[in-house]
Amino acid sequence: MQVTSSVREPLVTGGKSYHDVTHDVSRHVEAKPNIRWFLAFLTSAGVLALGSIAVVATVWEGIGMWGLNKTVGWAWDITNFVWWVGIGHAGTLISAVLLLFRQKWRTSINRAAEAMTIFAVICAAMFPVLHMGRPWLGAYWALPLPNVFGSLWVNFNSPLLWDVFAISTYFSVSLVFWYIGLIPDFATIRDRATGLRKIIYGALSFGWDGAAKSWSRYESVSLILAGLATPLVLSVHTIVSFDFATSVIPGWHTTIFPPYFVAGAIFSGFAMVLTLMIVTRKVYKLEDYITMGHIELMNIVIIITGSIVGIAYITEFFIAWYSGVEAEQYAFINRATGPYWWAYWSMMTCNVISPQLFWFKKIRTSIVATFALSIVVNIGMWFERFVIIVTSLHRDYLPSSWAMFYPTWADVGVYLFTFGLFFTLFFLFAKFFPVINMAEVKSVLKSSSDKVHK
Amino acid sequence: MERDTHFVTGVYEDEDVLLQAITQVRSSGIKIHEVYSPYPVHGIDDYLGYKRSKLPIAAFLFGLLGTTLALTMQFYMMKFDWPMIIGGKDYGAFPDFIPVTFELTVLLASFGMVGVFMVSTNLKPWAQPRIFDLRITDDKHVMAIDIANNSAMELAKIEEILKSSGASEVNKKSFE
Repeated sequence: MQVTSSVREPLVTGGKSYHDVTHDVSRHVEAKPNIRWFLAFLTSAGVLALGSIAVVATVWEGIGMWGLNKTVGWAWDITNFVWWVGIGHAGTLISAVLLLFRQKWRTSINRAAEAMTIFAVICAAMFPVLHMGRPWLGAYWALPLPNVFGSLWVNFNSPLLWDVFAISTYFSVSLVFWYIGLIPDFATIRDRATGLRKIIYGALSFGWDGAAKSWSRYESVSLILAGLATPLVLSVHTIVSFDFATSVIPGWHTTIFPPYFVAGAIFSGFAMVLTLMIVTRKVYKLEDYITMGHIELMNIVIIITGSIVGIAYITEFFIAWYSGVEAEQYAFINRATGPYWWAYWSMMTCNVISPQLFWFKKIRTSIVATFALSIVVNIGMWFERFVIIVTSLHRDYLPSSWAMFYPTWADVGVYLFTFGLFFTLFFLFAKFFPVINMAEVKSVLKSSSDKVHK
Repeated sequence: MERDTHFVTGVYEDEDVLLQAITQVRSSGIKIHEVYSPYPVHGIDDYLGYKRSKLPIAAFLFGLLGTTLALTMQFYMMKFDWPMIIGGKDYGAFPDFIPVTFELTVLLASFGMVGVFMVSTNLKPWAQPRIFDLRITDDKHVMAIDIANNSAMELAKIEEILKSSGASEVNKKSFE
């Protein structure tokens, strides 16, 4: 038997039995969707429909619909791309890195966090695809396919191409990892169901039987996938940062980018997990599984990664001064005091100051404060990417070509489209999939529920 | 009726009782068909005498294949098939090929291993599993004993051993 110290906080409260775990999670899949769910779903589907007007306009007319100009050739599209990919970092970090570190508290949040990861990566992928202008030809530009130029291959020296491989590998491995975990839980729903639901969840469960041999292989697969996904999750945002770091633009050409981007990604990912989980646990009454302890631990991750990000901002500034390179120095002074000073100081306030509030136990154990700060962090992380991208570009080498970036309705619309897509997918997930990994929660129940502490 | 019964099943409530029961049942000379649980029970493989899974080896081999394919592809395309000078670098700019090589290694290792897992565990959407008890995926552990494999022992004796090992129920189960 596994023994857990009695001074540890229980991970599952409310004296739950194994059957209670099954019931508390499965009942949401089995119940008819209520009016609140329909309202939430229709709202996000409405935003999706509204945003798709901008997507159609962009594809029909071309990316001239966006507010880009010859000085600022990258703006909201890449900002939103990096922002969504960053959000997509928490899920695999929670399920893979925390599995390797044997952090049992991951079991009640990994399912929803991984779902969020997958949906966020889908949203992120929209931007490079649309920025191609003619996405139906995109496969020739993004993949090494034979073509009529007999064959002019893609450029493997380009970080943009590395990104194609990194994001698509990350997406597919995360999807497989998530699905392997879902199989035993689909079997649970199958065995409680009759009729059509039994047939559907029977097919989704791939004929899972719960045999010791199957579990043994399942655990091997989970462990190795975690081992593979851990460097993968670090590599993805590293490669995203290469998109900037390997260029020679002042403000982008810095070696600090990979660790700084990875920390920022985890920071924003955990913030988004908190935003979603605080609502989900309330609506689904899962407070015994996603306890205050879980929220506090996630807030601690936010303090750590937020502090890393803060140090990275200051280091960047220091190195720009210390390097003696005038263009580099100007890029940073311009960030803080130029026409985009408001974006810079929004970023500094939201990302550097606000997470430090979590040092107060009262704040990091308050649902309202956590929810509010999790949104503030994601606003800050959006501004971080906007600051890095737009303020580094808008004053280039010739003062005659200095420009500002103004988003058009199509920029706003495409961003709204991804919000609609994200929440539509998340609401579908929350209704039809078990939001908590029942089998893994059961496996830690005996050693970590509040029953054993009595 | 007796002839239709192919399996005897013992239902256990607790994982630690189950692990002790496995030892007890095996030492009394009964061959266990399989044990079914709602969640992975820590250390059950050792009690059942299962060998370690060979899936890590499959993952390694598929990963190796990924590395080889990725490097071969990039060197062929960039150095031999259509050489171009990009950024003043060598045609075969090895350091530039590392990111894609890493990603393809991870991709093939993951998908290869998961593929082997699906085939070896017979996981497919149209699979019809033998479900010994509907509560296996909820809160009960079930030990299944194939009567044909234990013909030396009387049925009543098997049932008695299961009961004494801590099973809360002993049932009979047969499949088509």
